Amino acid sequence: MAPHDIRRPFKRAAISDQQKRRELSLLRQAQNRRDAQQQARCLASSILSLQSAAPESQPEQSDIELETVPEAEQESEAFSKDLDVRQASKLRGPEVRKWFARQLMLPEWMIDVPDRLAQDWYVFARPAGKRCFVVSSNGTTVSRQRNGSILHHFPSALPAGAKIRDGSGSAQSYCILDCIFHELDQTYYVIDMVCWNGYSLYDCTAEFRFYWLNSKLEESGACNAPSHYHKFRFSAVPVYNCDQSGLHAAYTGVVPYAKDGLLFYNKHALYQTGNTPLALVWKDENCSQFVIDTDGKGEIPSQQQVVLELQDDRKLVTSDDPPVLFGCLDGDIIEKSGLHTGNLLRFAIGDGGLSFVDGKLEKADLIYLGKSNRARAFADSYSKGFQLKSL
Amino acid sequence: MEVTQVLFNAQSIDGTVRKNAEESLKQFQEQNLPGFLLSLSGELANEEKPIETRKLAGLILKNALDAKEQHRKFELVQRWLSLDATAKSQIKACLLQTLSSPVFDAHSTTSQVIAKVAGIELPQKQWPELIGSLLFNVHQIPAYAKQATLETLGYLCEEVSPDVIDQDQVNKILTAVVQGMSASEGNIDVRLAATRALYNALGFAQANFSNDMERDYIMRVVCEATLSPEVRIRQAAFECLVSISSTYYEKLTPYIQDIFNITSKAVREDEEPVALQAIEFWSSICDEEIDILEEYGGEFTGDSDVPCFYFIKKALPALVPMLLETLLKQEEDQDQDEGAWNIAMAGGTCLGLVAQTVGDDIVPLVVPFVEENITKPDWRQREAATYAFGSILDGPSPENLIPLVNVALTFMLSALTKDPNSHVKDTTAWALGRIFEFLLGSAVDLPIITQANCQQIVTVLLQSMKDTPNVAEKACGALYFLAQGYEGEGEPSPLTPFFQEIAQSLLTVTHREDVGDSRLRTAAYETLNEVVRCSTVETAPLVLQLVAVIMMELHNTLESQKLSSEEREKQSELQGLLCGCLQVIIQKLGSSETTKYAFMQYADQIMGLFLRVFACRSATVHEEAMLAIGALAYATGADFAKYMPEFYRYLEMGLQNFEEYQVCAVTVGVVGDISRALEEKIVPYCDGIMTQLLKNLSSNQLHRSVKPPIFSCFGDIALAVGEYFEKYLMWAMSALQSAADLSTHIAGDDELVEYTNSLRNGILEAYSGIFQGFKNSPKTQLLITYAPHILQFLDGIYMEKDMDDMVMKTAIGVLGDLADTLGNHASSMIQQSVSSKDFLNECLSSEDLLVKESAQWAKLAISRAISV
Repeated sequence: MAPHDIRRPFKRAAISDQQKRRELSLLRQAQNRRDAQQQARCLASSILSLQSAAPESQPEQSDIELETVPEAEQESEAFSKDLDVRQASKLRGPEVRKWFARQLMLPEWMIDVPDRLAQDWYVFARPAGKRCFVVSSNGTTVSRQRNGSILHHFPSALPAGAKIRDGSGSAQSYCILDCIFHELDQTYYVIDMVCWNGYSLYDCTAEFRFYWLNSKLEESGACNAPSHYHKFRFSAVPVYNCDQSGLHAAYTGVVPYAKDGLLFYNKHALYQTGNTPLALVWKDENCSQFVIDTDGKGEIPSQQQVVLELQDDRKLVTSDDPPVLFGCLDGDIIEKSGLHTGNLLRFAIGDGGLSFVDGKLEKADLIYLGKSNRARAFADSYSKGFQLKSL
Repeated sequence: MEVTQVLFNAQSIDGTVRKNAEESLKQFQEQNLPGFLLSLSGELANEEKPIETRKLAGLILKNALDAKEQHRKFELVQRWLSLDATAKSQIKACLLQTLSSPVFDAHSTTSQVIAKVAGIELPQKQWPELIGSLLFNVHQIPAYAKQATLETLGYLCEEVSPDVIDQDQVNKILTAVVQGMSASEGNIDVRLAATRALYNALGFAQANFSNDMERDYIMRVVCEATLSPEVRIRQAAFECLVSISSTYYEKLTPYIQDIFNITSKAVREDEEPVALQAIEFWSSICDEEIDILEEYGGEFTGDSDVPCFYFIKKALPALVPMLLETLLKQEEDQDQDEGAWNIAMAGGTCLGLVAQTVGDDIVPLVVPFVEENITKPDWRQREAATYAFGSILDGPSPENLIPLVNVALTFMLSALTKDPNSHVKDTTAWALGRIFEFLLGSAVDLPIITQANCQQIVTVLLQSMKDTPNVAEKACGALYFLAQGYEGEGEPSPLTPFFQEIAQSLLTVTHREDVGDSRLRTAAYETLNEVVRCSTVETAPLVLQLVAVIMMELHNTLESQKLSSEEREKQSELQGLLCGCLQVIIQKLGSSETTKYAFMQYADQIMGLFLRVFACRSATVHEEAMLAIGALAYATGADFAKYMPEFYRYLEMGLQNFEEYQVCAVTVGVVGDISRALEEKIVPYCDGIMTQLLKNLSSNQLHRSVKPPIFSCFGDIALAVGEYFEKYLMWAMSALQSAADLSTHIAGDDELVEYTNSLRNGILEAYSGIFQGFKNSPKTQLLITYAPHILQFLDGIYMEKDMDDMVMKTAIGVLGDLADTLGNHASSMIQQSVSSKDFLNECLSSEDLLVKESAQWAKLAISRAISV
């Protein structure tokens, strides 16, 4: 029997890097598995059903889970909605696209002048760029486009937007901003504020939201030039009352960004997801370079296009609620192209254009082009069709 | 068969003769196993045969009874047990007879063979007369028979577990052994054999150590043996003390003062092998006390097993000076010698453990030594001072250490560049690494690294990477921990401005001419990995540039041809490092959407390189490349499908690699990555993958740690392919059910509990994936038949009350998935289960956020299932 070896590690790290690599891989895999599971669980069922029921009808009925105390209903509902946005930010795949698409407030096209425009509405020049949700939480900031894809993942000066040791924001705090990312000056223009520092603004009027936006955003330092902890500059846009001088300022005024139309917001409207007539968009050659659809090279296609959703009775409808019927699809095409209910289809508007009677669509000359891009999550709205006609 | 000649030929220097002899031995064994073993034992016993053949006969016998691989060992045990009883008793008789042989090689080999046979037979209650006849031998003269018998008892205690031998026999063994050790035994070899036998027999002496008189007697004999004139006996006696220190820590109080005196005399005066064991005694006590203090948070609670007796704390004023003295006994070139272990190293290591055990108390005892020696002209004193400082950095509170470090830092940086002695520089770099390892990122207001000194630190470390290989390696290590100190996304890292310079220097190190024989190259790549892992968004473009550089390096290793086997081994090692580095980079860049897109341009080329790496044969490289491919699949998503036709065969090879089970385990993980990436596009490969996974589950050759991830992998696949999983459902469910039945009840040690929980987790993840995969499909009804068993499993593990938070989270999630997918078909079943009530409520009020989240999901899903 030989003496026993008693050598101990000397001047060495206890864990090898190879072991560390293994463990980190396992960690990543476990995280990915959790994400995949979470996605299967939440997005396919609970959140989607919760959200589709949520917008205008009684919110307290749509939420079976969270409310217990009647007076806390409003708050908890809003809270659950915010929380979902934060959770959904971590997910990916087609379901998340669908989900995100329904979270933004989408303006209708302005086809007539609302009553009391001067008193009840705001107007501002819409920056050209990518519409997105910016969510800051847990020391990081993520921007997601309408189709759910991540635009940036970055540190920001928004509350909870960066990991800074002094820990100014608590772990629970977070923000959700409705923004347009303007490529040219790499700036996020904040057009609405949904949540600030853990405080939900879903159920606040536009008047309050804009006031809050203007005071808080500046205060947070998010409007400062980019730095180590603050990758992109944020900026509010100048908002005017919709009287003659306000309209003039928004329409012709000089702004640091390229304009893409004018947005009108009703001062009393709450933040409502999906298409709403309480926000409107106007575009013409003077205030937008994108007044009509262009293709990838910026050229105008010979025919204007719309994307419509196929329903089970072969009807083609818009994304409006209730959906507007645009036409019916031939059974042959459905069969030949292997289309299913819910598919989003692209159509060109033929020479016959759209005919309206009494402001209602009567006939549309639609030419089937094919399925829409996979990244697309919803059909165009009726008012887009209308605006196309008016050009 | 004339076995002597064959055994002789089997040791011939002539390869052909040797091969023939081995062949005929093999044939003999296959044709007539009992005859074969019998002739070998006859050869071993025959005093007229040459030593060489007797020795080889013994060795072959031993190898016929035991093997390293678990499954092979099991086969051999079964083979021996089923052997003809007459043959066995003849063999055993020969063996016992040989034990009295005057030829050393014969009886020494025999004692090992007997122990192997005992290891098989005693647990089966066979060979009951063995211990009796051995003990009878002990009282025999001549001395060599006595010696052989004591050795046999020692091996036997090593081979069998204590519960196999009854206390009466244990008492007799111990009596014989302790008598053999005592000073009255005149023969040195007998005393030595007895002392070494005691080392193994200590584990059997639980009852005897609980008896004060018997324990006093054993301890006295052991302590006396430490004073024997024979150095080997002294060494063996100290080994016994080391073993006692961990096995019977709680019985040491009456002896600790004497032991301190004995050990400190040995450390100062005795020969090195003895002194090393004496130091080890204190290191081992530290291990014990660190464990105890960690477990009980320093508070002796009434229900804990072992209280802390604070032996180290009490011995501190004498112990620390003794250890500091050893630090001055360095060997000239110990840093260049991988295998070196000397008194200075052992003493230094022990000092570090003492610091961990007592914390702040050590600081005032060590600091004067450091201050006194750090500037002395003799390098030994400077090195010892630096080592002492480095070794107390883990243990005392940062508040206590940081002021010292702030004073020392400038001096150390200057020593690292200017000290004329390489040994001092080596230790200085190591100590800097310890500063960064233990004192960065601690929540202390006094920062060690400031804007002002960061530049200097980096410059000095990078410069030291050009020093001798051992110093350069330690400098890499220091940089590793420096980078690690600033880990975490969005954290401010003062290293950011130096990223390029650091990466460049590390790559330069990997190309040093003299990098070959040391660990330097590995250290450089590992440091690069850590620098990449801890890098921030600002340096992402630089990380991206590294991709092409590392790819080129890997490409070069694949181009070189006609290498010697030694060169090939080096090459594999390098490929492993490069694949590991690429893996880290892919994971880093893949974790953010923007960097991921930029990285994608390299995906095809990288995959091409990995495929070429797989064509080379080396387990480590395969594991690294496999891990890298997992990261790549995650980054590429569905596009990974284009690599599958070529990659699939290597995936299958990996799944079949039972021997290098790490490769198998990693491959199973990668199947999960690929499932998530490809989703339904993985269908064409599912038949092959599922077949192999099911095969792996039923194999007893595959390391058990791979099995839980295989179950999780079922879940990944099911989630990816949805109802297409129907094809495999029956097989997968039956494997899951039998594993679930096995894992409901655990009886065993902590390790088994941990394993069972990981098994449960795997099973539950599989169920989750399957339920979610089948959701909204017309085939959900297929799952209804399995639901009762699954609910029973959930109830079962809940009742056992021994699951960890991870299992809890997964289990309650499965309840939700079941409800979600089966809906009202399962509502009455769910309502009857304990899980849907007590377990769910327990999870809902859990402190663990993940458990809570899962539970909320389950509650929602159940309420829907019930309300529909």
